[in-house]
Amino acid sequence: MADPLFIGVAVLTVGSAIVSLESRELIYGAIALAISMMGIAGFFLLLDSPFVAMFQIAVYVGAVAVLVIFTVMLVRTQALFSTKEDKGRKSAGIILMLIFMAGTGAVFLVSGLNSQTFDNSKAPSAIDFTAIGQQMLTYYSPALIALALTLAGAVIGALALARREEIEQKNE
Amino acid sequence: MSELIDYIIVSVVLVAIGIYGLVVKRNAVRMLFSLEIIANAANLNLIAFSRNLSNAQGQVFALFSIAIAAAEVAVGLGIIIIAYRLYKEIDVEEFKSMRG
Repeated sequence: MADPLFIGVAVLTVGSAIVSLESRELIYGAIALAISMMGIAGFFLLLDSPFVAMFQIAVYVGAVAVLVIFTVMLVRTQALFSTKEDKGRKSAGIILMLIFMAGTGAVFLVSGLNSQTFDNSKAPSAIDFTAIGQQMLTYYSPALIALALTLAGAVIGALALARREEIEQKNE
Repeated sequence: MSELIDYIIVSVVLVAIGIYGLVVKRNAVRMLFSLEIIANAANLNLIAFSRNLSNAQGQVFALFSIAIAAAEVAVGLGIIIIAYRLYKEIDVEEFKSMRG
């Protein structure tokens, strides 16, 4: 049986994920998404991975949430508040969600994963940063370089997207 | 003490919520939220299995995944802002053509 802390974090994460999709105003949705990401970081702490939890808070709650909130403020208009989805599609979406949840959940519950337990004798020590750093700089160093190039490409792409409009305005 | 299957069930629920958002919502920003929820469910699975197998590789993968997701959000929001400038609308059904 799960412990109360786990259940609390799970309710927080799933509840604010639903709020982020269903809130009337997009800005509240963005804040609820940030809370949901905090809940995921809480799960990481429960799973003895404090480094990844801090990374998650820094990247998602610190950077992504702020970026999303700035975008919502930039496109702040009447268009954001209109809810144009029809009832039929919404109920179909809920049915699809429940079928997916029940099907996949049932598969996992009857599989061998159900009897897996965390081996506490081999639990990594709370501060396991050296292993992460070693793995990242030795075996996974090509992936790290590819990641760096991807991030650079994303930055250049975002700059190009933002610049094109100015060039077009000059040409007009 | 919670076990591996509890974390898997939570991530299944999060993926189902993300799929619901992608299917139902027509607002581009909300679809991006759904993608983020699905990506986080995947990260949760990576960390849970890393804890179960007692090695750090799952954590390394989760770090890579978080960094990629951040780049993806930046580019996605840039595209949404460009589309908003062109169409004055962020409803994906209004994006009738992809011409610049």
